[in-house]
Amino acid sequence: MADETPTTDAAETAPSQETPMGTILDDTEAELLARLEAELGADAIIESANSFGTLVVRIAADRWADAAVVARNTLACDYLSFVGGLDWMPAPTDDTVEGDTSTPAQPSEQTPGLAGSAGRFQVFAHVESTSEHYGITLKVDVDEAEPRVASWVSVYPGADWHERETWEMYGVIFEGHPALRHLYLPGEFEGHPLRKDFPLLARVVKPWPGLVDVEPMPGDDADSTEGGDA
Amino acid sequence: MTTTGEHFELQPGALRHLADAQMNVELDTGDMILNLGPQHPATHGTLRLVVRLDGERVISADPVIGYMHRGYEKLSEFRTYPQITTLINRIDWLSSFANEVPFVDGAEQLMGIEAPPRAQYIRTILTELSRISTFLLFLGEMGLQIGAITPAFYGFRDREYVLNLIESATGGRFHPNFNRIGGLKDDLPWGWIAECREAMKIVFESCDTFENLVAGNEIFQARTKSIGIIPGDLGAAYGVSGSNLRASGVDWDLRRDGKPYLAYRDLDFTVHTHPDGDSYARYIVRLEETRESAKMVLQLLDMLPAGPIMAKVPRIIKVPEGEIWVETENPLGQMGYYVVSKGATGPFRVKIRSASFSNVSILPWLLRGSYVPDVVTILASLYFILGDIDR
Repeated sequence: MADETPTTDAAETAPSQETPMGTILDDTEAELLARLEAELGADAIIESANSFGTLVVRIAADRWADAAVVARNTLACDYLSFVGGLDWMPAPTDDTVEGDTSTPAQPSEQTPGLAGSAGRFQVFAHVESTSEHYGITLKVDVDEAEPRVASWVSVYPGADWHERETWEMYGVIFEGHPALRHLYLPGEFEGHPLRKDFPLLARVVKPWPGLVDVEPMPGDDADSTEGGDA
Repeated sequence: MTTTGEHFELQPGALRHLADAQMNVELDTGDMILNLGPQHPATHGTLRLVVRLDGERVISADPVIGYMHRGYEKLSEFRTYPQITTLINRIDWLSSFANEVPFVDGAEQLMGIEAPPRAQYIRTILTELSRISTFLLFLGEMGLQIGAITPAFYGFRDREYVLNLIESATGGRFHPNFNRIGGLKDDLPWGWIAECREAMKIVFESCDTFENLVAGNEIFQARTKSIGIIPGDLGAAYGVSGSNLRASGVDWDLRRDGKPYLAYRDLDFTVHTHPDGDSYARYIVRLEETRESAKMVLQLLDMLPAGPIMAKVPRIIKVPEGEIWVETENPLGQMGYYVVSKGATGPFRVKIRSASFSNVSILPWLLRGSYVPDVVTILASLYFILGDIDR
């Protein structure tokens, strides 16, 4: 009972908590966050944010498996929507090609997403409650050199395929997964295609045809050059 | 260890004996491995099932997917927002219009613009028409998988009335690409509303036909009742959604229970569930939902507001930095996009959550212990689209 005191405090202060995106947690989300914190302990939750009415929580890497148990058993999130990966590194751009409009210009610096990120890779998942009608997005930081995180298969059996996909697309190893083998890609495939440094091979083989006839957008000179200089 | 060249570690004959021994061990178990697909009529495309059989009973089933993987998540990072609707049209190709809605909705929310009410209503109508056309095909095709050929013809015939409506409004039977960020490409053509009302009459008649011809058929019931039962809680943990989950008694429909989207909050409709969770329940739930959708379309046509169909949007669509998770109730289940924007003309990352992927991931559990003829029934009743699995 003693450790419940800080959580009730958290519930009271949470609605006024400003997140990095400038959004404010509403009552349901603040309550969800408080319950998650009460079960997992305050040290398990690194950061939280609100994304258009959905709670986004960044969980400490060593508590990732516990977070699934708490989400399913305590928060009644019985439905697994997805597990996926995130790579925050900006894709390397090819400066040798002039006026390449084939890719929308993205920022060249690494910036973390909602609820922050310690490094390049993250694994994120979305769970929902079919009875209470809310959902939570959970994120966890994954080490770049040795991407490993606990598997959710024992809690949500549906995580099996999602984790296999994340493993082959991002190279994240899910500890405790029964059989991490290729799902979409052929068995002998090398590399992790959804990593930002993995090029879109179709564009490597054949340059974007838009390269030859780049026209500035009418009446918008500022934006017309932006596509190429990234 | 090498068997070619001059440095033999093992005598070549020894290797062959080893291989023989392994094969004999395999044969001794008495199991048989049946490769169902990738080109099997019951798999709707290129799903391969490696089924290990003991006689007629399935010991294990391993779905092999990815024959049609097109990498839309990667491609999305190389496209601008308006270009991406063309890609996501091809995820679930039977209800393409419904695929566009959550993505466009997400981009609109990130940009802080809202489509005008008339556009929202037309979107809702076309989404429900997609659902009707998808389900009419299912209602006919399910019979075909069990050996009744007639219902399939009715299914294809009546679906065509709905596809004609979609085509006359959008220009595309299967890939409308009709949504724009901020609204729709065009308004409805002249006379469309009256045509739509007529077509809904045909849909109701069609549903009655299927109810009598297929659902009421004794052989159909014998082949589907208590076959392929999914418990509601396990289905949810596997991520099974939509009609498949509602057929297992889970009363959850994002049109009613999710964040408000399109015009569903203005509608009066019932969410149908079934307690049994078997193949028959999935058929009945989809049959009821087809009727419900037709009723919804009629309601929407009555309430259709006048006004513009496009909001004011900038010439070049730039989406402010942010992250959003959008989900909708698509014909096959929960369809969602997690869009990460870095303030550019294209998304930084798009995670596509498609319904069939999770619906099919329960197959290894579901098929274990069933019999070979039921494998086809269960596959048909789950109703998946290969593009929706492979993305």
